[in-house]
Amino acid sequence: MDKYSEERTQSWRVELRNSMKPKDRMEIPRVIMPELNPEYRCHTMKEEVNLGLTPQMAMTEAKRCLDCAKPTCIEGCPVNIDIPTFIKNIERGNFLEATKTLKKSSMLPAVCGRVCPQEKQCEAQCIYLKTKKAAVAIGYLERFAADYERESGNISVPEKSSANHIKVAVVGSGPAGLSFAGDMAKMGYEVVVFEALHEIGGVLKYGIPEFRLPNSVVDVEVQNLKTLGVQFVTNCIVGKTLTLKDLENEGYKGLFIGSGAGLPRFMNIKGENLVGVMSANEYLTRVNLMDAANPDADTPVLKGKKVAVIGGGNTAMDAVRTAKRLGAETAMIVYRRTEQEMPARIEEVKHAKEEGVKFMILRSPKEYLGDEKGRVTHMLLQVMELGEPDDSGRRSPVPMPGKTELIEVDEVIVSIGVSPNPLIPQSVKGLEVTKWGTLAVNNETMQTTIPNIVAGGDIIRGGATVILAMGDGRRAAKGMDEWLKNQQ
Amino acid sequence: MNKIVSKEYLSPNVVKFEVEAPLIAKARKAGHFVMVRVGEKGERIPLTIADASIEKGTITLIVQKVGFSTIKFCNLEVGDIITDLVGPLGKPTHIEKFGTVLCACGGVGTAPMLPIVEAMKKAGNRVVTVLAARTKELIMLENEIRKFSDDTIIMTDDGSYGNKGLVTAGIEMVIKREKVDHCVTIGPAIMMKFVSELTKKYDIPTIASLNTIMIDGTGMCGSCRVTVGGKTRFVCVEGPEFDAHQVDFDEMLIRLNAYKDFEQEKLKKIFL
Repeated sequence: MDKYSEERTQSWRVELRNSMKPKDRMEIPRVIMPELNPEYRCHTMKEEVNLGLTPQMAMTEAKRCLDCAKPTCIEGCPVNIDIPTFIKNIERGNFLEATKTLKKSSMLPAVCGRVCPQEKQCEAQCIYLKTKKAAVAIGYLERFAADYERESGNISVPEKSSANHIKVAVVGSGPAGLSFAGDMAKMGYEVVVFEALHEIGGVLKYGIPEFRLPNSVVDVEVQNLKTLGVQFVTNCIVGKTLTLKDLENEGYKGLFIGSGAGLPRFMNIKGENLVGVMSANEYLTRVNLMDAANPDADTPVLKGKKVAVIGGGNTAMDAVRTAKRLGAETAMIVYRRTEQEMPARIEEVKHAKEEGVKFMILRSPKEYLGDEKGRVTHMLLQVMELGEPDDSGRRSPVPMPGKTELIEVDEVIVSIGVSPNPLIPQSVKGLEVTKWGTLAVNNETMQTTIPNIVAGGDIIRGGATVILAMGDGRRAAKGMDEWLKNQQ
Repeated sequence: MNKIVSKEYLSPNVVKFEVEAPLIAKARKAGHFVMVRVGEKGERIPLTIADASIEKGTITLIVQKVGFSTIKFCNLEVGDIITDLVGPLGKPTHIEKFGTVLCACGGVGTAPMLPIVEAMKKAGNRVVTVLAARTKELIMLENEIRKFSDDTIIMTDDGSYGNKGLVTAGIEMVIKREKVDHCVTIGPAIMMKFVSELTKKYDIPTIASLNTIMIDGTGMCGSCRVTVGGKTRFVCVEGPEFDAHQVDFDEMLIRLNAYKDFEQEKLKKIFL
């Protein structure tokens, strides 16, 4: 019997399962997440849009879970959280136990409960979907449990094996690095995380806005890792400040590279370097990491009145909603396909629409025009239509000959993806790099071409989600642990 | 902990700092820069490393008061801690034996030029340095530059020291008297633009070190981008040095002024 089935046969669980008929459970409608009013929230920078479930709401939603004998939701989770066990603990009102279950698999439940695309992962596998009903709100429940524990002040520290005095280094303190660090610390390793920026958290801090993921939530999860024994060094770039040799000399036996996203992609069209045209990374870093919207901050940010965001991903939604909050009269998404093909989460698109974001689909920028000062004033859009499906299975956009539109803008934010950070591939010799600039790794062990170096997150994927990065971190920890043990 | 161990005014607006940074001191090469931030609400700005001492574990930063954040930096005193300092960043200067190397620098550009002059000399080049500034009191590091240059030509706009004229007049003087194999230029963007136009005319390969706006400085934000040879390049990770003849200096000048209004507002708040 596997560990999941073992949990399921505990007497309290059997009793709880039998306390209500599945048919009655299925009659309960899916909970609706309480949200800040759109009118109000698009004028407030840092207040979170989703307010979280009350204990009553959470316990009712938890009842919906049928506690399936074969819980497919677990397979849908990149870090394989024991979902039914945590949900059933919520149902019986044992919220702290629910969080403990989450923490066995995920070091950042409060983060994942907020930013994971559950509708494509765990919830996509929920049995309810087979009966045409809405999936159990696993993400909302995860967030509820994590928030409950944090706010209770009763924060549990996961069990830790005895110290093995083996030092491992981590490059980058984003979700991949934090997840790797947590798992290694639990296994008894001495873990030091090196971060290039002045803040811990990587994309969780510089990328995702506070209205979706408050910094204080990230800080608490980082604090939990510190309690677990993980050390953090900011302002230190492995490969630059410290070389690989330096780390070896200091006794590090293994290295995890989670250096994340790098150079923003542009379309290489005319006018892209005009003042007022920038990458989403630049825009979001100014606002999130540097707090540029705060009048006391030294870092400036352009607060456009007519802002176009190019792209249809989560980052594009973050940027356009930020623009709205910074006072844009018109904030628009320009996307070359239709809403159906948008990679952004449904919830982000919904929130953006509620906040008054304009969606200009089947449009692609052809050129930007500027004034005598070199500031962007207009964008020329090419009108597109959907053609045959491409390699990704999505119908590819095709320009409609001669159909263009000229639109007035004073700020353009390009959010069409990033390439992996070039610093490590540039400075560490012997690492194999793919044609996309990502590090080549073994998909199971996450080992690079240097055996004691593992990697995960955007540096191997080129642009993915928080949870996929965390999954990489977990697999890499397992891979490195096995490799290091074999060396002894 | 990035403590300031010495501070010296090179001119009323230019300050030389020695800062504790043992790891960077060990790792840095000519051409590298660091990102610094002063205060919890501070801005991240790039500064080129002018010198370093592995023994003392310090790096030298020379800062000109040009805007809000550089003024804030220059107000730091000996014993103060720089909130954040990270580096060395960028690609180091390409050093080899070219033959005769002409180093043309203006104003505070002399600071990052110093390690390049030294490295070029040590690589066996004949080094001729043209040191230019508006007026005598803005000429800096003259003795240090002379130490590693075979010949040093001083140019001032007002003729208060050395020869009267712009940096380009000094360069032309050298080009006319001897064969120059390679040129490096560092200074205000507008100066580098004119240096580049001149050396292009004489077909002398020229490298310019660009100081654009950066936020992270590690290849993430793209605010430092410039057009080089018709292609968008990133100064922080692909530079800061590029083939000057390929750089679109006009675009760079516009982009450098992107936040000028904000900067002026900020300065007004402080000084009014």
